[in-house]
Amino acid sequence: MVTPKVISRTTTSEALDQGYKWGFSIDIDSDSAPKGLNEDIVRFISAKKGEPEWMLEWRLKAFRFWLRQKQGEPAWANIHHPVIDFQDIIYYSAPSSKKDGPKSLEDVDPEVRAAFDKLGIPLNEQAKLAGVAVDAVLDSVSVATTYQGMLEKAGIIFCSMSEAVRKHPDLVRKYLGTVVPYTDNFYASLNSAVFSDGSFAYIPKGTRCPIELMTYFRINTANSGQFERTLIVADEGSYVSYLEGCTAPIRKESQLHAAVVELVTLDNAEIKYSTLQNWYPGDKEGNGGVYNFVTKRGKAQGRNSKISWTQVETGSAITWKYPSVILQGDNSVGEFYSVALVNNYQQADTGTKMIHIGKNTRSTIVAKGISAGHGNNTYRGLVKIMPSADGARNFSQCDSLLVGDQCGAHTTPYIEVRNPTAQMEHEASTSKVSDDQLFYCQSRGMSVEDAHSMIINGFCRSIFQELPFEFAMEASQLLKVSLEGTVG
Amino acid sequence: MPLLVIRDLHASIGDQEILKGVDLTVNAGEVHAIMGPNGSGKSTLANVLAGRPEYTVTKGSVQYQGHDLLAMPPEQRAREGIFLAFQYPVELPGVRAWQFLKAAMDAQRQHRGLEEMSARDFNRLLQEKVQQVEIDPELVKRNVNEGFSGGEKKRNEILQLALLEPKLALLDETDSGLDIDALRIVAEGVNRSRRPDNAIVVVTHYQRILNYITPDFVHVLMDGRIVRSGGAELALELESRGYDWVKEAVS
Ligand SMILES: Nc1ncnc2c1ncn2[C@@H]1O[C@H](COP(=O)(O)OP(=O)(O)O)[C@@H](O)[C@H]1O
Ligand SMILES: [Mg+2]
Repeated sequence: MVTPKVISRTTTSEALDQGYKWGFSIDIDSDSAPKGLNEDIVRFISAKKGEPEWMLEWRLKAFRFWLRQKQGEPAWANIHHPVIDFQDIIYYSAPSSKKDGPKSLEDVDPEVRAAFDKLGIPLNEQAKLAGVAVDAVLDSVSVATTYQGMLEKAGIIFCSMSEAVRKHPDLVRKYLGTVVPYTDNFYASLNSAVFSDGSFAYIPKGTRCPIELMTYFRINTANSGQFERTLIVADEGSYVSYLEGCTAPIRKESQLHAAVVELVTLDNAEIKYSTLQNWYPGDKEGNGGVYNFVTKRGKAQGRNSKISWTQVETGSAITWKYPSVILQGDNSVGEFYSVALVNNYQQADTGTKMIHIGKNTRSTIVAKGISAGHGNNTYRGLVKIMPSADGARNFSQCDSLLVGDQCGAHTTPYIEVRNPTAQMEHEASTSKVSDDQLFYCQSRGMSVEDAHSMIINGFCRSIFQELPFEFAMEASQLLKVSLEGTVG
Repeated sequence: MPLLVIRDLHASIGDQEILKGVDLTVNAGEVHAIMGPNGSGKSTLANVLAGRPEYTVTKGSVQYQGHDLLAMPPEQRAREGIFLAFQYPVELPGVRAWQFLKAAMDAQRQHRGLEEMSARDFNRLLQEKVQQVEIDPELVKRNVNEGFSGGEKKRNEILQLALLEPKLALLDETDSGLDIDALRIVAEGVNRSRRPDNAIVVVTHYQRILNYITPDFVHVLMDGRIVRSGGAELALELESRGYDWVKEAVS
């Protein structure tokens, strides 16, 4: 999307940051909707996907609700950006070689395949990511899903959202919008109206998903927004670990990404959801970059069920997201482990909400914020204990690390306790990478940059431990790359 | 060519001059002890040589292996073989000690055109050194210096010395605060790393450690200057007669 001259004023493509190595664009024809948003566009998207009537109706209700939201975008977050012109965005874009989606992995456009290879996400089942089922989403559509056959045997459904709407309408209808209703917030309404693709997963009763599921999101087309929608349902006694990765090409204009993710766990089920968010962050002067306005929420609906969010947020010009858990079932558990890094002119306002409804519900929040350059980092979290939540417990820890003295770190915890039996613990700290620490590392031969990345990785250790192994390695690499050029 | 030649070195912190003209020459194969009362500038000298940025050199020169040491950033000094065992080792939360050691090792090897060590080879070497310096093997799995006792911190410095095998080791009060066993282990560590092609500078307040490490030269640093130099016997003399004796002799 093109936002305001303020942002793109002085940028030429040569001036774009070369440090972002995921910044290439894929040269493929795409089949796009015209710019702008109205009911016809919503119908166009729904028709493109061959959706049933009920889906279109839901989108239209969401669209009409969105139009009525007078106050527009939420104003309470500690982020600043020029006014977004929602009529200047392309709401649907798909690689045009793909008519009804590839029939099999062999049918994937070679250009697309090569591009995902370059991103380290090979679209075949033998390569590096063996053991991880990948749903690759390019702009508005899913281009490939690996390991589907193997998963089907276990009764697990893992496919693009478009496919799920067509093939598993009962499941989608039963759960879509039950955690994040289309009335939830401005961006969730927008997403509900125009969501293009995303992933759907259903883990049947008593099934432990044998491999990790992963969705890799890629924005390619210029001026396009990405509005994916993900829904994961873990039926009674099931378990799944789900990974999400994202990148975008370097564009001098900002791009909007407004996703919705809904998770549902029934009795004794567990979902572990891990994100590496590496959208293009903009250049050193703060031009361009992705606006990442995302609503992620899980409902631990069943007894003894568990939802765990782990996120490493290094990309995006602006991040606005609060992966949350509604702890409805008795003894249910909610976790939020987060690393958010801002550098240059990046802004992040991120945190979580833990809503305790069931008895003996427990939640843990560990949020690590790293601010470098002129970055501005806000942790915003809510812990709410409802009257019904006897014996609820929460532990929250928010640590901020400052690199340099031009950056900002803010912590805004909200606590609402309406049950006297609740036990709450909160810890917070702010520290700087000290000169003594740096000198100690340097005196052993490490460069200033390596010293910083080692110290910062140490700061994030407890979060990285929550990530699956390959993701943890990648996260640590991402931190290093994201800090390049700030220190030394 | 001497390993290290310090000429008329002046250094300040803020606008306070601490080193006021230090001259010292160290050859490969030698062990030097630098003694002196608290506040005389011993740590300052060691830190200036290692390149700590808080100190400003205002005058004088330092040649290391024939090169201008003061022009090198601290990491380059380390890669060229200078090692400072810190008087107050720093804690690195979340950074595992073995990880820190491997990063140091890799950085130094890379500088010498050697390949990064495989995790397995490194671990083998580390375990060998851990046994040598009689350090609790659990310590290297913990975060660097976090929650280490004073003695453990010092031993961890000696572990690094043993691992990195520097050409010029500067030990800043590595002996202070140690019980007699720890002192012996530290001294053995130093003696083991003594080779004809390297040199060790032991900075200490007390004569005690010199019962275990016999220095070739002893220097007395007072108020930012080396006021007296001699052989190992000077340390004993200091022990029995105290620093006041030197002070009187100087003035
Ligand atoms: N960071 C510092 N800031 C201010 N003064 C310092 C600092 N470091 C050392 N000094 C001063 O410099 C002098 C020498 O200190 P130091 O080199 O630590 O002596 P020693 O190691 O011999 O005890 C002391 O007077 C001390 O107070
Ligand atoms: Mg000292």
